[in-house]
Amino acid sequence: MRSCTGKCFLELEVNGRTVSVAAKPSDTLLHVLREKLGLTGAKPGCENGDCGACTVLVDGMPVKSCLMLAAEAVGHAVTTVEGLKDAPIQTAFVEQWGFQCGYCTSGFLMVCHALALHHPDADDALIETWLQSNLCRCTGYAEIRAAVKSILADGPRRA
Amino acid sequence: MIPFDFDYYAPETTGEAFNCYAKLSKAGKRPVWYAGGTELISMARVGSRTFGAVVDLKGVPDCTRLAAERGRIVLGAALTLTEIARSGLFPLLGSTAARIADHTIQGKITLGGNLAGTIQYRESALPLLLCGARAHVMTAGGVEKRPFSQVFSGRLHLEEGEFLAAVDVPEREAALPHCHAKRTRQDKIDYPLVTLCAVRDGGSVRCAVSGYGSAPLLVPAQALAGGAAVCGELAGEAADSLSGSGAYKRFVLENMVGQALANLGVK
Amino acid sequence: MNTQLGVSVKRKEARDKVTGAAKYTADLSQTPLLHVRILASTQAHALLLGVDAAAASAMPGVRAVVTGTDAGQLLCGGILRDMPPLARDRVRYFGEPVALVVAEEAQQAMAAAAAIQVRYSPLSPVTTIEEALVPDPVLVHENLGSYQRMEADIYPRPGTNLFHAVKVRKGDMERGWALSDETVEGTFHLPQSDHAAMETRAVRCSISPGGVIDITTASQSPFEVRELISRYFDVPQGMVAVHVPLVGGAFGGKAAVQLEVLAVLASRAVDGACVSLVNSREQDMATSPCHMGMRAELKLGARRTGEITAARMVFHLNAGAYADISPKLAKAVAVDCSGPYRFPNIDCDSFGVYTNAPYATSYRGFGHAELFFCLERMMDKLADALGMDPFELRAVNALKEGDLTATQVKATRSNMGDLVCCLDRLKSLINWSEGARIQEPGGLIRAKGMACLCKTSDTPTDASAAATVSFLPDGTVALNCAAVEIGPGIRTAMAQILAETLRMDVGRVYVNMEVDTQTAPYYWKTVASMTTYMMGRAVRAAALDARRQLLALGAVAMRCPEEDLEVENERVYLKADPLMFAAFRDLATGYKYGNGNAVGGPVIGRGSYVMDHLTLLDKDTGKGKAGRSWTLGAQAVEVEYDPAQHTYRLLKAATVLDAGKVLNPKTARGVVMGGMSMGLGLATREEFVQAPGGVEGATSFRTYKMLRIGEEPEYLVDFVETPQVDAPFGARGIAEHGVIGMPAALANAVAKAAGVDIEELPVTPELIWRKKGRP
Repeated sequence: MRSCTGKCFLELEVNGRTVSVAAKPSDTLLHVLREKLGLTGAKPGCENGDCGACTVLVDGMPVKSCLMLAAEAVGHAVTTVEGLKDAPIQTAFVEQWGFQCGYCTSGFLMVCHALALHHPDADDALIETWLQSNLCRCTGYAEIRAAVKSILADGPRRA
Repeated sequence: MIPFDFDYYAPETTGEAFNCYAKLSKAGKRPVWYAGGTELISMARVGSRTFGAVVDLKGVPDCTRLAAERGRIVLGAALTLTEIARSGLFPLLGSTAARIADHTIQGKITLGGNLAGTIQYRESALPLLLCGARAHVMTAGGVEKRPFSQVFSGRLHLEEGEFLAAVDVPEREAALPHCHAKRTRQDKIDYPLVTLCAVRDGGSVRCAVSGYGSAPLLVPAQALAGGAAVCGELAGEAADSLSGSGAYKRFVLENMVGQALANLGVK
Repeated sequence: MNTQLGVSVKRKEARDKVTGAAKYTADLSQTPLLHVRILASTQAHALLLGVDAAAASAMPGVRAVVTGTDAGQLLCGGILRDMPPLARDRVRYFGEPVALVVAEEAQQAMAAAAAIQVRYSPLSPVTTIEEALVPDPVLVHENLGSYQRMEADIYPRPGTNLFHAVKVRKGDMERGWALSDETVEGTFHLPQSDHAAMETRAVRCSISPGGVIDITTASQSPFEVRELISRYFDVPQGMVAVHVPLVGGAFGGKAAVQLEVLAVLASRAVDGACVSLVNSREQDMATSPCHMGMRAELKLGARRTGEITAARMVFHLNAGAYADISPKLAKAVAVDCSGPYRFPNIDCDSFGVYTNAPYATSYRGFGHAELFFCLERMMDKLADALGMDPFELRAVNALKEGDLTATQVKATRSNMGDLVCCLDRLKSLINWSEGARIQEPGGLIRAKGMACLCKTSDTPTDASAAATVSFLPDGTVALNCAAVEIGPGIRTAMAQILAETLRMDVGRVYVNMEVDTQTAPYYWKTVASMTTYMMGRAVRAAALDARRQLLALGAVAMRCPEEDLEVENERVYLKADPLMFAAFRDLATGYKYGNGNAVGGPVIGRGSYVMDHLTLLDKDTGKGKAGRSWTLGAQAVEVEYDPAQHTYRLLKAATVLDAGKVLNPKTARGVVMGGMSMGLGLATREEFVQAPGGVEGATSFRTYKMLRIGEEPEYLVDFVETPQVDAPFGARGIAEHGVIGMPAALANAVAKAAGVDIEELPVTPELIWRKKGRP
């Protein structure tokens, strides 16, 4: 049985690299990413799972890293916005004016990226279902919608 | 950021989990069962829950079973809502699960966590209450299968140290004609004003609601006889909440029941 | 050289924002760093009998506990000094800071804060405007008369809960009522709500052994932070260094100075060590300032033809426990009380009211979304009463050139824009001619509502801005100005104005994203949609100053009179033969002759701007000039209403603004849509809910609801361009205006659809159900 008591070293796979990080069982994944690994792309917008600004991918699916213990991430592949390397959705957000202040952007990018991987043919309803997990206070969502549509299989024609 | 420390254990069998919890309990570590963790982490952060250890059930194979066997569908308690919805094995539970919290969190919330949570809505109980479910409860003597309605009335009632490993429902009942509706104050992503699940079994309809009262409840059969009567029967249960007043919930429920009966082809 | 304006230039920090590289205050790494946690009041109104920090102080990692007494007799406030930084003697709202814990780890600070014992003796809380106004009320501030006023035109009324009153008196009311054929009345209630920027407020602070207070903060007002910290802690302004990196949304909420003061107290308690104070979401909503609520009573009188003859209005702003900027909000509401309309006779009172609720600060629209909700609902009620088309009623009353506004400023095309043109554009955009209420097959009802809006700046009469332009040896240009990048791409817009003035490629203009008060020239603050105007003028002046220097040096280099030269494409060239030129890179740091002699020296352009011709308002009539110009427009919302359930869906939302000149079309559209989205949030779902006793019930995003994707309407945005002649390239401010008319337009649509009067927000299905008489 795996256990983690007191302060312990967790082996995490983050952005394709294995890192050993000193953490406590009560540390959330968000906290470890930001404070121990310096990956501040994931943001603590609410730490309550409501806003999605801290979203990362765990085994390719979006997870709100504020509601996951770092200890739970052992044995799973974590991808943060820093691990996206010229993903189409990043360019799409720039081209479509998909952000203003930029604070929610990392989280939206991760959800959109995962959606495109799992459902390259996603329709409006599916886009909404996935992206309703995140809040943006600056845009009215039109640009984010256009950005994600532009990278889906049949592109912006359906926009 | 959780303002206190605790230990983390990830057992690999039901027995190991049971013993681990018992040992921690005996040692005064105040353990809690842990699966998705979404509610525990958020409540711990604001200080409304404290504990000394978590026992994570996600690595216990019995808790992540997902199978149709001997005429029953078995769903592990540590399956996520997304896994349940995607399996398609129990469509009513799938529809209900797909409207709890939001899509990202559905990938973290587990069936057992939703049933055992302290947040009152526990919407995934509704399909189980309607479809003859059994609860697989891990006890000192091993896994016991009990009628779901016996372990769940408003909330999950288990002995300290026991845990819900899985549930099962008869395939026939899981396939009954059904309907699910969730109404909120205004937003799609919100706690329910009223969530309603209903199934039609031959000529009779069974219906359960959450959000309306202070816990999930079955709508008495006689209340379904006429739309307006629902309010009369359940009037006393309607509770004011941030989502809406009790009086408004009565209005909403009446509409929803009418719509559900129509959808199920019942007058 | 193509123009750099009217084109959609990508924001300069775009790549950083899509890679996680963009750094906000709480992202900056720093060691060692201590962590501060606020202990917030659990009472809305109580005497503070004692704060026992003994147990907390002894907990692991705790370095200091700071309480109200540690701040001496300090009272904070930019206008009225009524707020202790940490509660002393009494608490006035649920969430008010009571103590600070400084600890080595954030977790330790949280744990210790929970261990502080506070003894309260509860007092009866003032939770509504009505309670605040009863005769002999419970007083939120018993010493209102003793508070220091930082500005001359503040009129608190000791012995009441009114901390400011603004009067507007225009024309002859008796005559106005006598001329009216029809009157309508309304009593409106708007709840408090939240800015809910995605980045919670955050600050870092250290104090050097030499006494320099170094603050990094998520703020719209770095220079006001400097000024107030200097004043509160009696240190020279030069000893307060304020840095603002990228800010994760602000919407007015980060204009207030609050956490910075707490961070200085915390750092002081640990010998100046660097401390970090980051609001949790709950504290950002309950503890830090919010969006005001309002109660208003309005009565309009009009002739049969629709011309409004008399308007009586009383606004009571629910400012919560402390005044902060609310005196200015009360003023702003009064100044624009007649909207973009010609009301000849006005009697308007606008009051700032204390309650035991979170205190309010500026919020996108600066009181205008609330004002226009009331005013534009009244216009629709009047249209109904007169049997007139809502568009026509507005057009009939539109201010025309030479008309006087409520505070008797003469309207011109330049300072006001063209309302009728906006109305015409909106009418076709929303397809008004098909009808405002359409019964759809299947029982649903499609309905439209519209509203006008306008807003002037309401800045201090001497608000000012400055900028410098320097050149790099490679001929590119660096802009230094203190406009904070809070989201609307303002620093990119400033680069566009600079590039356009120097007729060069905006890609060759560099503007970093951090503001540092030690090196950036002064700017009042990044608020009021005024940066395009004020900083735009300063930047343009700085660019023109640099241009003059380049021409002068070019004339030396090219041995010709300056007037024979022109500037374009990073060259100073001979008009008669553009192939004869001196490149910027040969002039930027001085011109060097062939033999090595040099003249000139680095070119630095400087530009300043101060608001001119503004006046204080007359105490008795309100006469005066609160802003140099207005931005006006018209908005509409189309909903689909289900009469069986009283639910509705947003189908379309349209905005036509007179922008003067659109500098960056995609950014402008984005900012307007964002404003519309916030306005629709206020209209449909957002509110603070106080439980009995004044406890805030919706302080997380779980219960405080905002629009999510899929709930937004189809946005229709268009611009009219009536230049404001004194503005840079004619451009008016547009950053706030999208929000202003949305609540009214939505309410007008739902009122039309459901056949009910709506005088409160948010418009939830339950509200409609109640208005329908609880069938």
